[in-house]
Amino acid sequence: MSKLVEIRDFFIKHRFAFVLGVVSVAMYSLLYLFSVNLTDIAQQTHAGHKTLFFLPIVIALIFSGVHGSFTSRFWDMLGIKAKH
Amino acid sequence: MDVINFIDLNLATVIILFVVGFIGGMVSGFIGSGGAFVLTPAMMSLGVSGIVAVASNMAHKFPKALVGSMKRAKYGQVDVKLGVIMGLFAEVGVFVGKEVMTGIRAAFGNSGTDLYVSLVFIVVLAIVGTIVFRDGLRMKREGAHNDEHKTPKLAQWVQSIYIPGTMVRFKSIGNKPISLLFVAPMGFATGMLAASIAVGGFIGVPAMIYVIGVPAIMATATELVVAFVMGMGGSLFYAWEGFVDIRLAMIILAGSLFGVQIGAIGTTYVKEYMVKFVMGMIMIIVLFSRLFKLPVYLSDLSLMTTLSAGTSDILSTISFSTLGLALIAGMLVISVALIKGIIEHRNETRAEHARRKYEASLAVTTAES
Repeated sequence: MSKLVEIRDFFIKHRFAFVLGVVSVAMYSLLYLFSVNLTDIAQQTHAGHKTLFFLPIVIALIFSGVHGSFTSRFWDMLGIKAKH
Repeated sequence: MDVINFIDLNLATVIILFVVGFIGGMVSGFIGSGGAFVLTPAMMSLGVSGIVAVASNMAHKFPKALVGSMKRAKYGQVDVKLGVIMGLFAEVGVFVGKEVMTGIRAAFGNSGTDLYVSLVFIVVLAIVGTIVFRDGLRMKREGAHNDEHKTPKLAQWVQSIYIPGTMVRFKSIGNKPISLLFVAPMGFATGMLAASIAVGGFIGVPAMIYVIGVPAIMATATELVVAFVMGMGGSLFYAWEGFVDIRLAMIILAGSLFGVQIGAIGTTYVKEYMVKFVMGMIMIIVLFSRLFKLPVYLSDLSLMTTLSAGTSDILSTISFSTLGLALIAGMLVISVALIKGIIEHRNETRAEHARRKYEASLAVTTAES
């Protein structure tokens, strides 16, 4: 019983890490699903249609925000923290 | 209109990029740069064209640098003002560096740029790598009692120069004013090197340490800000031309963000000499990697006896493996330092708790008697 309580407490304590992990996985799934569209946009940009040239930069910034927050909490969750 | 060749992704490609990204991220989080020099050739060996490899590598570097610098800013290791100023001058350096590369390619072809890149690597790494490595070893020999940061002689001289209208104060050197006329060439050289060999930090970090007197741990953290500013500009330039393969960039980023956090955490457990030691060690191994490749380029340009295809292949493989060795060696040293640091810290914390508990119980016993 106490083991179950420990597991429950662990999940509650690290709930943001789990949420960010799920969002991160969802974002990578979308990247996979739309991978053909993304390379098409790059080809069009190269051909002179510059409307969406900034898309890779926006994607990179969003991924770094979400996945970066997740990876930080991930190591925290494993007990690997900075020395204070 | 020409079409860009984007590769088809398979599981093996994804795993390779993720793992190399992780190791590169770990080294970057620790020494402020590195990893990129393996990623570009690694991507090219997977069939990615040179320009797409460089562009995608850059598009993963700037968000990684952003996350790494934010992490290290939490530990109070980042001088944002210095990083942004150096980053802006570095942007100019990147532009000039690209022009130089284009000019060499036009005059001597791809082997000409390869030879130029290798010579830059060898000269910079031989001088800077030896200084950093020797300094790290010297600090280690002098022991823990002498671990506090000492301002190098050159930096003391630079800090004593006053040029009206150019002075800016930086927190990383105790808010002392430094002339921008010293910071500008440092940023410019960082950008030039980044455009040539993709690792601007190999000049930026030692320049911050030895020319203006920034402590090594703060210099490596501030370099991440420089890399962010420089990388964001470069990525926009490549994205405008459509050369960024965002799928590749985000797979590398997935691994490198795990690594960069570990590298950044690692810096809080090690002494100043360890950062210099790891940086110097990686630089010297990379130097040897370039030395192995030098005869291949000289042979291609007919500057020496032509090598057989077999010999060229063997030298190229040894060169690339040595690059991998540089990263793996860096990862191992950082991991060992981190694990040792965590264990020592836990033991110290436990001992401290036990001591406090004992003192508290002693106080209660004394009060009762």
